[in-house]
Amino acid sequence: MAKVKLATVWLDGCSGCHMSLLDMDESLAAIAKKVDIVYGPLVDAQEFPEGVDVTLVEGAVSSVEDMKLIQLIRQRSKMIVALGDCAVTSNVPSMRNSIPVKKLLNRIYCEAVTAQPGIPSDGVPSLLRHAVPVHEVVKVDLHVPGCPPKADAIAFVLTELLEGRKPDLASKVKFG
Amino acid sequence: MSQKVSIRIDGELISATQGQTILEVARASGKYIPALCYMEGITPVGACRLCIVEVAGVNRLLPSCTTPVQDGMSVTTNSKKLQLYRRMILELLFAERNHVCAVCVSNGHCELQALAQKLGVTNVRFAYSYPKWNADVSHERFVLDHNRCVLCTRCVRACDELEGAHVWDVGMRGVNSRIICELNAAWGESTECTSCGKCVHVCPTGALAEKGRAVEEMVKRDDRITRLAMRKGGR
Repeated sequence: MAKVKLATVWLDGCSGCHMSLLDMDESLAAIAKKVDIVYGPLVDAQEFPEGVDVTLVEGAVSSVEDMKLIQLIRQRSKMIVALGDCAVTSNVPSMRNSIPVKKLLNRIYCEAVTAQPGIPSDGVPSLLRHAVPVHEVVKVDLHVPGCPPKADAIAFVLTELLEGRKPDLASKVKFG
Repeated sequence: MSQKVSIRIDGELISATQGQTILEVARASGKYIPALCYMEGITPVGACRLCIVEVAGVNRLLPSCTTPVQDGMSVTTNSKKLQLYRRMILELLFAERNHVCAVCVSNGHCELQALAQKLGVTNVRFAYSYPKWNADVSHERFVLDHNRCVLCTRCVRACDELEGAHVWDVGMRGVNSRIICELNAAWGESTECTSCGKCVHVCPTGALAEKGRAVEEMVKRDDRITRLAMRKGGR
């Protein structure tokens, strides 16, 4: 049987959800036999490939780059799983949302520093007005809240998906 | 002498006393109806609408915490329709303010968070409003963070009915409604507040908390406030 093409992506988040993914202990070995990880911080691929079966998305959509990437991911993935509170609710990244971007950057990079004040523009994508949850931008097939989601919950989700079932997460996961 | 009545809850025949509410009778007979603004010991107001039930012959949903039982009443506490509305209510509460569970003092001890888990809310389908709210940190021992408030008014009622101080009220209109101290003063400058902390412990979320608590550290003891209310002869 062909292996399932799994991608992971790290948008505006802290990588904690990826840590939780790696924390699945022996479940990881069983799952690893059935999947090929084709994109994400855990592998080397430079471009998001076509024909991906499942993409786990960590983080909120916060910058122009996040926005482009998530739209490409939607085109090229059969299924998108919002993994963790940032992807599901926009969580901590959303705490900047009530402050206008210009004011925010000015405060952090100009007013609050003494050495080389100035808003960075080279090599960093510009911020969107709001950091938003993934489902406000593209269709999300499954939400797995948690900060981070427990390794057991991620293992349950992946195991169920690999068995061809849609995992029923009711009362298994919580925000925060 | 109080009059006995018979009602059916989810088909089961239950005897109750005239004047009791549907929620009281249901809970006393071990049936679960979700509720957020309701707290045993203080007057129910039907603010959150999570405890809505279906009553046979009534073509709208009724809040069980404020609806008194009537003889022969037939109540349904759980159905597809009720689940749908309860879910929507919770989602709207999350969308209305900035509930960031991950960095909240009440993470893991929050009634809103627990209800979301219990009712299977894994995401919010409504657009978040990201309003700009501040926190009142002027009190020596406590803090009020409007970002986490669900306007259940438990603090308003506990302060008025149990402490007798009536420091809290709801001010402003519509989405700008918020808990205010006295006539919209800073909490720290309140002349009525006795600093008893009852409001903090009846608050279902992290909106009212003790100062100096870190994430997950604020455990509320609303059970103690209920016991106190019962001793004072509360309902």
